[in-house]
Amino acid sequence: MTGSNESRGERVSAFDGSDGCDDGQVAHYDQARFVQNGEYEPLLNEKGTAAVDVNEASPLPDELTRDTLELPSLSEPELVRHYTRLSQMIYGIDTGPYPLGSCTMKYNPKFIEDVAALETGAVHPDRSADSIQGTLEVLYQLQDYLGRIGGMDAVTLQPPAGAAGEFVGIRIASAYHDHNGEDQRDEVIVPESAHGTNFATAALGGYEVVTLPSDDGGRVDLEALEAALSERTAALMLTNPNTLGLFERDIEEIATMVHDAGGLLYYDGANLNALLGRARPGDMGFDVMHYNVHKTFATPHGGGGPGAGPVGVVDELAPFLPRPRVREECDGFELFDPEHSIGHVHGFQGNWLVLVKTFAYIARLGDEGLLDASAKSVLNANYLASQIDYEVPYGPFHHEFVASAGDQDAADVAKRMLDFGVHPPTTKWPEIVREALMTEPTEVENKTTLDTLAAAFQHAGDSDTETLESAPTRTAAGRIDQTSAARNPRLSWQALSDE
Amino acid sequence: MNGTRTSGSPYAPHTDEETATMLQAIGVESVDDLFDIPPGVRFDDEFGIDARTERETRALVRDLLERNDDLTELLGRGHYGYYVPSLVDHLADRSEFLTSYTQYQPEVSQGFLQALFEYQSLLVELTGLEIANCSMYDAATALGEAATLAERVRDTSGHRVLVPDNILDGRRSTLENYVAGTDLVVETYPTTGGTVDVQTLESQVDEGVVMCYVESPTVRGVIEPNLDSIGSLIGDADALFVLGSDPVALAILERPADVGADVVIGDASVLGLPTSYGMGLGLFATREGYLRQVPGRLVGVGEDANGRRAFTLTLQTREQHIRRERATSNICTNQAWVALRTAMHVGALGPDGLVDLASRDVTRAADLAERIDDLVGVTAPVDDGHHLREFVIRVDQPARAIATDLKERGYAVHVVGDHQLQACVAGATDDELDGFVAAFEEVVA
Ligand SMILES: Cc1ncc(COP(=O)(O)O)c(C=O)c1O
Repeated sequence: MTGSNESRGERVSAFDGSDGCDDGQVAHYDQARFVQNGEYEPLLNEKGTAAVDVNEASPLPDELTRDTLELPSLSEPELVRHYTRLSQMIYGIDTGPYPLGSCTMKYNPKFIEDVAALETGAVHPDRSADSIQGTLEVLYQLQDYLGRIGGMDAVTLQPPAGAAGEFVGIRIASAYHDHNGEDQRDEVIVPESAHGTNFATAALGGYEVVTLPSDDGGRVDLEALEAALSERTAALMLTNPNTLGLFERDIEEIATMVHDAGGLLYYDGANLNALLGRARPGDMGFDVMHYNVHKTFATPHGGGGPGAGPVGVVDELAPFLPRPRVREECDGFELFDPEHSIGHVHGFQGNWLVLVKTFAYIARLGDEGLLDASAKSVLNANYLASQIDYEVPYGPFHHEFVASAGDQDAADVAKRMLDFGVHPPTTKWPEIVREALMTEPTEVENKTTLDTLAAAFQHAGDSDTETLESAPTRTAAGRIDQTSAARNPRLSWQALSDE
Repeated sequence: MNGTRTSGSPYAPHTDEETATMLQAIGVESVDDLFDIPPGVRFDDEFGIDARTERETRALVRDLLERNDDLTELLGRGHYGYYVPSLVDHLADRSEFLTSYTQYQPEVSQGFLQALFEYQSLLVELTGLEIANCSMYDAATALGEAATLAERVRDTSGHRVLVPDNILDGRRSTLENYVAGTDLVVETYPTTGGTVDVQTLESQVDEGVVMCYVESPTVRGVIEPNLDSIGSLIGDADALFVLGSDPVALAILERPADVGADVVIGDASVLGLPTSYGMGLGLFATREGYLRQVPGRLVGVGEDANGRRAFTLTLQTREQHIRRERATSNICTNQAWVALRTAMHVGALGPDGLVDLASRDVTRAADLAERIDDLVGVTAPVDDGHHLREFVIRVDQPARAIATDLKERGYAVHVVGDHQLQACVAGATDDELDGFVAAFEEVVA
């Protein structure tokens, strides 16, 4: 790269109030950044590397080894500064409100990190059951908690994320239909407003995806469902409340229709936070569901993961669950393989560190805490929606609402909001709302932070196109040109130095 | 806001007064009025889960986990407990790393994007392949993804996927699930002495094979000596050569790119995560030519409005949120935070430290095998060749009984046959290995 410091960085220092977040009056957010020689924090390799002659250094014969290994070579203090600076260039829930719709970005209690760090829990998956009774009991009790919360008869904790849970559900549907001699069922029905993983999972499972249009109110169109259902239907995948935050009021009828057609009803648990203690998928007629514990049960999202996606089923489907499962026998807890198990969907038994945090969260909140989580998450979404000018076309919504940015570009609105001390909503999905701003504040915000969010919406709404398109200006990096990044993909520092 | 809180959730910050003000602003009397749940499906019961204080909850989990026996684990076979430097915990637990999510807004997520870009680059160096994604769930799901990639890019009309007959059950079974929706079928090829039976493999690899999976080190801990010839015979048949390995092994073993590997999968969390009951980090690296078919998230370099280098998720049109049923994978939430930890651990070791870690394990495994081999009624290692960090032991007495006796003395090993045990030195201190030898001696005496 060429160019001097002075020729760049103008926008970075132009915090003169002309961007509308007049210091002191309006909440705004200046993110920390490090700049040197006209660039942000250097890459690890730019801070120094070393090459080792592996032939020389290893005890193995040369024909089994590589010749050299060149990697960054930093001292501990240098490394600590590097990652500390990187961390300062990240906005997290602990930084401020994070109403990313469908992602349920709750506050992650600090103490759950402590229970995950217990060394007594650091055991290998091949340990004999009798030597890890504590681990198995945690898993067993968590299965029990989740079963009660979802109204399900049996639970597996193996799937490492929501999408993996969906995959278990689809594989179970497949195994179940095959078992009943109904292998002609080759379609999975998914509402058009569903999350991308639902479509992708059904396709990965080998199914034709039948997309279901919504009715005028944003819910499942019963006539369209009737038309879509047939002896080819393996399952209908639904989330409830749906991605517009609306409760599928006809859920009992939907369940009857799907079951009459011989299909299974799958519950995508991404939106379970809205219903905690108020309604259970099992009672609504769902046969199989996943729990998205990094959403509903507050385990940290870790910059993209890990999560966990336990799956609950009704009794009839329990024999198909992944193996092994945990059960209690008179002499303690043991692992066993369900009779018609679909096998493994993870090499071992999933994301233990996430599962133990889930257990701790549920045990901490108990009935009253869980019930309050759904109350306050729904209260917050409704309050926030009442404080913004953007139109919210569908209702009554629960834990999240989808506003329309109207003539503005939702992605630009999101960029603009970044300057006002908040993380923006999920944008441009679901598509049935024009320029969608899918907003889920969760229960962890109070009136003050919701008002800050509302102000950010308001300022973005009041911004002209030019301001929107040049936002954000107060973040660690200015607006990033994603199109050109994709046109010329450089995915490693090796690719950069080849230039 | 001033006032008291009677909230049921300790993490919902509303004061009672605040709740009332908010309800008024919405125009309803109570929170219950906001729920649109038909009476037929309302849940009026209780879960029967008691709320606890933070202290009580910590005690609950601590007391449960204390029921685990405190054993020194000499366990491997796909999950390893290397010592993780303290700085990894302290830095990775910084809440900006922990409490952010997928970088949909790169302008406020530069730090995580850069860390993931660095992780990708470390894997590019270790594998010699041009592209590494920023994580799959674990090695088993990465293997499954490799098979669906093979199906998409195959040049042959075949549909057979070959895996070693000694592949871990969890990997094989996960792979079977991933290919269940395709026309691929999984078949095994034989191994002898823990490594590939190259002649038989050669006879099995024909135009009907789309992918062949080979591991080094193998499940039995042996370094595969014939990767070169295996690579060429798979390449000659136009099948995809998928190599299973991990970052510690890759630090010293032949570079996958040099033996013709098209995809490398494995568990990258051997570095960065302590023993975690099988939780992992799916390593996935491949050739540039398959870029558009790669599953999972990729971080690339771009430029921001200030003309400075910046990072962003890229080539997202491969992914489920855009491509839906035509996506390259259904993965969304991945293992990003584990990838961060792995990169930190590699950074803390540096190239010398990493090569030294791997090299020392080779030596320590050989030494341990030799010492055990000296015991009466014990042969170690059973397999010929060099071992990376674990090896199979033959015992004249029933293996299960020996393992039980070892457990009583505080050591856990794998039972892999009626008369076979497997032991791994990764993560064990030299003192622990001495103690293990002493215990073994007592047990077989
Ligand atoms: C509605 C919905 N379904 C499914 C998923 C997939 O879950 P995960 O990201 O844990 O795989 C998500 C989350 O991202 C979601 O929002």
